[in-house]
Amino acid sequence: MNLTSQVLHLARRSVIRTIRQPANWITPLVFPLALMAVNSGGLDAATSLPGFPTDSFIAFFLAFPFIQGSLFATVNAGVDLARDIQTGFLNRLALTPMQSAALLVGHLGGVIVMGVVQAAWYLSVGLLIGVRIEAGPLGMLVIFVLAVFIVLAFGSFGALAALRTGSTEAVHSLFPVFFVFLFISSMNLPRNLIETEWFQVAASLNPVSYLIEAIRSLVIVGWDEQALVLGFSISIGLAIVGLTLSSLSLRTRMART
Amino acid sequence: MRNVVSVALAVGWRMLHNNFTTPSLLIPGLAFPMFFFVAFAGGLSRVNDVPGFQFPVGYTAFQFVFVLLQSAAFAGVFTGFGIVRDFETGFARRLMVAAPDRRGILLGYGIGALGRWALTATVLTCVAMIAGMEVGGNGVDIFALYTLAALVNVIGLLWSAGVAMRFRTLQAAPIMQLPVFLSLFFAPVFVPVELLAGWLEAIARLNPVTLMLEAGRSLIAGDPAHITGAFLGALTLILLFSVWAVRGLRKAEAAGGG
Repeated sequence: MNLTSQVLHLARRSVIRTIRQPANWITPLVFPLALMAVNSGGLDAATSLPGFPTDSFIAFFLAFPFIQGSLFATVNAGVDLARDIQTGFLNRLALTPMQSAALLVGHLGGVIVMGVVQAAWYLSVGLLIGVRIEAGPLGMLVIFVLAVFIVLAFGSFGALAALRTGSTEAVHSLFPVFFVFLFISSMNLPRNLIETEWFQVAASLNPVSYLIEAIRSLVIVGWDEQALVLGFSISIGLAIVGLTLSSLSLRTRMART
Repeated sequence: MRNVVSVALAVGWRMLHNNFTTPSLLIPGLAFPMFFFVAFAGGLSRVNDVPGFQFPVGYTAFQFVFVLLQSAAFAGVFTGFGIVRDFETGFARRLMVAAPDRRGILLGYGIGALGRWALTATVLTCVAMIAGMEVGGNGVDIFALYTLAALVNVIGLLWSAGVAMRFRTLQAAPIMQLPVFLSLFFAPVFVPVELLAGWLEAIARLNPVTLMLEAGRSLIAGDPAHITGAFLGALTLILLFSVWAVRGLRKAEAAGGG
């Protein structure tokens, strides 16, 4: 069995496993949209603030589900990988001729499939409730590509946590950490409208702000080169760091003794 | 009655001891309300400038009341998780065999939830004061605010205890959390109810949490409003969920506590 076939088998296993646990796919599909509904309804009045970039808070907030959905997918997939370690599945794989890289790529392949499904769902719901994507159909395609990079970046850190700790609880405990990054960002207001100075600084230092702003720019502005370059650079950079560290951890974890 | 009290004190002490000596229980309960407070009061302070938004003591106080009530409700819900753990580990079965009056078990969990929230509320209040929160209400208003929050804590506990004792598995955690989460967020969290988007305003006006939030905010501002309605609403919910929780206890007894 060659590497591609190994990757496809493991990616398929990852996807089927997700489908068989409804909580793992219902939560990322429903919860971010529920929060979007609540925040959009609650903060709709904020669009009347001078300098607010759009008159639709839903359009402004549509980027949020992409990021939160990625977090859910990441944690769920990380937990699955940690469970493979806890149950000894990884050790049994180590006894086979399977290449280590196939495990990581296959696992992340499953996360990416979930990310694409989520992106399609969020975008469809957004369009159905009347959000107009300013960057047009090509912009929607770019949103998909960016969503894939984001889910890959987060997924690689979820895999890293699973491989380093081998504990489902430890991976679960990552969720609040990710959540802090999400909330201390420009998710609710543009950074220039954040009044509290320390919060504005924290949001500006937080890479998640730039991921949100890249998707948001395509929805409410059109083609904003700076936002897109920052969004893609950060997501690709995070993915490279996460993948490198995960590969190193996997090498240790899969040491054939 | 003496039996109820002695069981309640023992169970309450155990809950508090477990909570205060187990970092994995203590830290999230303290950290999440702080985090929400910081994210909402810090990140959204500009909302104070939205046309039509008038809250005399500032946005920090406006959000403080929401986070105070939220922390109270979730301290109750998290205690429900503890009840489930007791069932899953078999402790609840032994507790039921040993307790001369099992209603004391429920009361004890209530003491645990209230003690747990008391610490969170203290830390949250200190953080808010350090952040420069303005308080317009006098001592009586503030006492009423914390009393209202304590009633919300009891509501959260009774709801989650009823669920915990019926299902007796941690898989029921979303059933405990989600309705509480939704009723809190389908309320005027970020702006007054008049400034909510149409559909959310319609839901919020039917949501009893709105009344409690508005009463709490009026108390901190020193201009009490909707107080009778909020307290009556809270007491009615306590009455209803007491029946729910006691019936849950009876179901757990019928199932042998396992």
